[in-house]
Amino acid sequence: MWKNHSKLERHSLLLVLGILLVVSVGGLVEIAPLFFLESTIEKVKGVRPYTPLEQAGRDIYVREGCYVCHSQMIRPLRDEVERYGHYSLAAESMYDHPFQWGSKRTGPDLARVGGKYSDAWHVQHLTDPRAVVPESIMPPYAFLAQKDLKVDDIEARLRTLTRVGVPYTETALKNARADLAAQVDPTLSGASLARYYGEKVNRRDFDGDPERLTEMDALVAYLQMLGTLVDFRTYKADAAENLR
Amino acid sequence: MTDTTAQQDSPPGAVALLILSAVGAFLALIATGLSPDPLFRLEGWIFTFAALASAAALTVGVANGRYQADPGRYEDGVIRAGAIATVFWAIVGMLVGVVIALQLAWPRIFYFPEAGWLNFGRLRPLHTSGVIFAFGGNALIATSFYVVQRTCRARLAGGMAGWFVFWGYQLFIVMAAVGYLAGITEGREYAEPEWFVDLWLTLVWVVYLLVFLGTLWKRKEPHIYVANWFYLAFIVTVALLHIVNNLSLPVSLLGTKSYSLFAGVQDALTQWWYGHNAVGFFLTAGFLAIMYYFVPKRAEKPVYSYRLSIVHFWSLIFIYIWAGPHHLHYTALPQWAQTLGMTFSIMLWMPSWGGMINGLMTLSGAWDKLRTDPVLRMMAVAVGFYGMSTFEGPLMSIRAVNALSHYTDWTIGHVHSGALGWVGFISFGAIYCLVPWLWKKDGLYSNALVEWHFWIATLGLLFYIAAMWVSGIGEGLMWREYTPQGFLANSFVETVSAKQVANIVRALGGVMYLSGAVIMAYNIYRTIRQPAPSVLPKASGPIVAAAA
Repeated sequence: MWKNHSKLERHSLLLVLGILLVVSVGGLVEIAPLFFLESTIEKVKGVRPYTPLEQAGRDIYVREGCYVCHSQMIRPLRDEVERYGHYSLAAESMYDHPFQWGSKRTGPDLARVGGKYSDAWHVQHLTDPRAVVPESIMPPYAFLAQKDLKVDDIEARLRTLTRVGVPYTETALKNARADLAAQVDPTLSGASLARYYGEKVNRRDFDGDPERLTEMDALVAYLQMLGTLVDFRTYKADAAENLR
Repeated sequence: MTDTTAQQDSPPGAVALLILSAVGAFLALIATGLSPDPLFRLEGWIFTFAALASAAALTVGVANGRYQADPGRYEDGVIRAGAIATVFWAIVGMLVGVVIALQLAWPRIFYFPEAGWLNFGRLRPLHTSGVIFAFGGNALIATSFYVVQRTCRARLAGGMAGWFVFWGYQLFIVMAAVGYLAGITEGREYAEPEWFVDLWLTLVWVVYLLVFLGTLWKRKEPHIYVANWFYLAFIVTVALLHIVNNLSLPVSLLGTKSYSLFAGVQDALTQWWYGHNAVGFFLTAGFLAIMYYFVPKRAEKPVYSYRLSIVHFWSLIFIYIWAGPHHLHYTALPQWAQTLGMTFSIMLWMPSWGGMINGLMTLSGAWDKLRTDPVLRMMAVAVGFYGMSTFEGPLMSIRAVNALSHYTDWTIGHVHSGALGWVGFISFGAIYCLVPWLWKKDGLYSNALVEWHFWIATLGLLFYIAAMWVSGIGEGLMWREYTPQGFLANSFVETVSAKQVANIVRALGGVMYLSGAVIMAYNIYRTIRQPAPSVLPKASGPIVAAAA
């Protein structure tokens, strides 16, 4: 055996080939099945692609690096379920490009933060976290309320997402800018928004300034829908198809 | 440069690189001009400026007949540049780490509401990439170029290609770092750079692999030395990880934003397959290569066991790649994948300790040198910390332990015992060895300053780890604490304020570790500025005289 190893030590390309073979096994066995096994993602009702405004807010969440301090993944442990709500399902992040489960809770989990606080609380907290939570160590995000939301490329963004697997229809893409405007302005018609994303979509001015469409509007709209899609009264955790 | 070489024509590689730089500058300028995205234009200007600077420097160099390669000598210029870059990025990356540690300790002082780009979320990737890829990456590239030449008794292959790897890698670092501050990110830990920066790194990395392989092909030794196996595994596997994990679709070819090809649970496992093997192949295999060359060299003893190095090399690279799912215990990842990840993580303990034993036992018969040689002591302590954190890692990958440790500061402490203790110390040791060899000096400017560096860094490191154990295990226990009536005992923010003292101690530990690096920078600077000795040391002579 030791003699045979000298072949590898004398031929660099054999060595490279050996390394490639050895390091490929683990990834192939662990990752590849996730794309084929149907049981990887539960079949649940209610999960839908993000509305244009929510996706814009999500892009800001990613841009600001919120994931380095906040997880979006509630584990099935007693204290977590009582603190944050029902444990997270794979289906709830099936349209998340990229996933934002996080790895660190310097701040609390946000997987189900939607609807737990008022819009005004979120705006005040993002603007000056210590104004509402004196012990908080979160950075201030006052500038979000001063920055106009960039909307001109929202259709292109959603179109890119369809190419990686998010099922927006062609008409939903065409309507993206109008749907985005309709979500922050309840005086506009919300029929199209409801048709593509359901009746439950939050429609209001989120940042407390109806005159402007800001990044704060988008981020709060995203936070306010997090974890609210699945109707857990209809989800049977013990059913055979949901055991993984 | 002697007169005879100056009369030769410039090597074709330099001219080709000059043309490529000019073309690159031109294309980057066009892309910058056409892009509607201000952030893309910012990155475009950086690339254009870098390519122009490269073209200008090459023009002057080619015109003056520089870049003459003497095939009878080693290419050491690029390694000298790499050693300086390593020290420079160490200080930058650790300084950013100190800043964000201070932000967590005193948020009222260290946040600026009008400067969003200085928020924790933007600076933290700058710190992690700064220390891992800028400091660690430069240490790996520089030492690999040194080791592969000496152990093959051949000049670095590819002529100017080594310099392309060096400067191309610095450009990658600058574009990634500026991007983080500007908010250009893919939002995946340790893989934050956006698609165009990823593509640039891929190009640089392929050239790096070719330079390394090309040097192996030129070797005058029949066998490939063990350190080179580890370097090769590091280069090849990091390429594989980088390409697969960064598969993403840009919204526009003239814009910064892209979306990952994968979503949710598949994205999560791909990312942690990458993330854990960035640890396994960047921060472990690469630095084990440093250990396998510099520890025997400094101790003047052969590697303890050849067979152990074979067994632990193949088992390490085979098992590491499976360990990723332990970052996703109790998540929505299917349980079979979690169990596989945990099982292999525990098995990983053995090959890891195989490496530690091989490194430490190499010191057999030379243990007395630890008293007199602080550089060798630094490397021995590094191997000790490698053993410590590769024991702690498998422990934390057990599901029941992970239920407590995950999401807490314990993880941060674990990472830093590996990063500061192992990666940092073995790199410092290698730099302290390399600089006198490369600049042809008798020795370092001051061994006493190395002693100062060693002790202040070791103490800072212990403060750091201890603080994170206390705060991590503390917050984990507080999150799951119940009152006798069966209610959760603590609100989340109570667990935040409970960590204030630990956060301050951690920042202090970081400041101490950074101070050690500053002492090193001064020592290195004075060493380089020393007058040359009358007799050249052996290690930097011509190739025939310098067998490893």
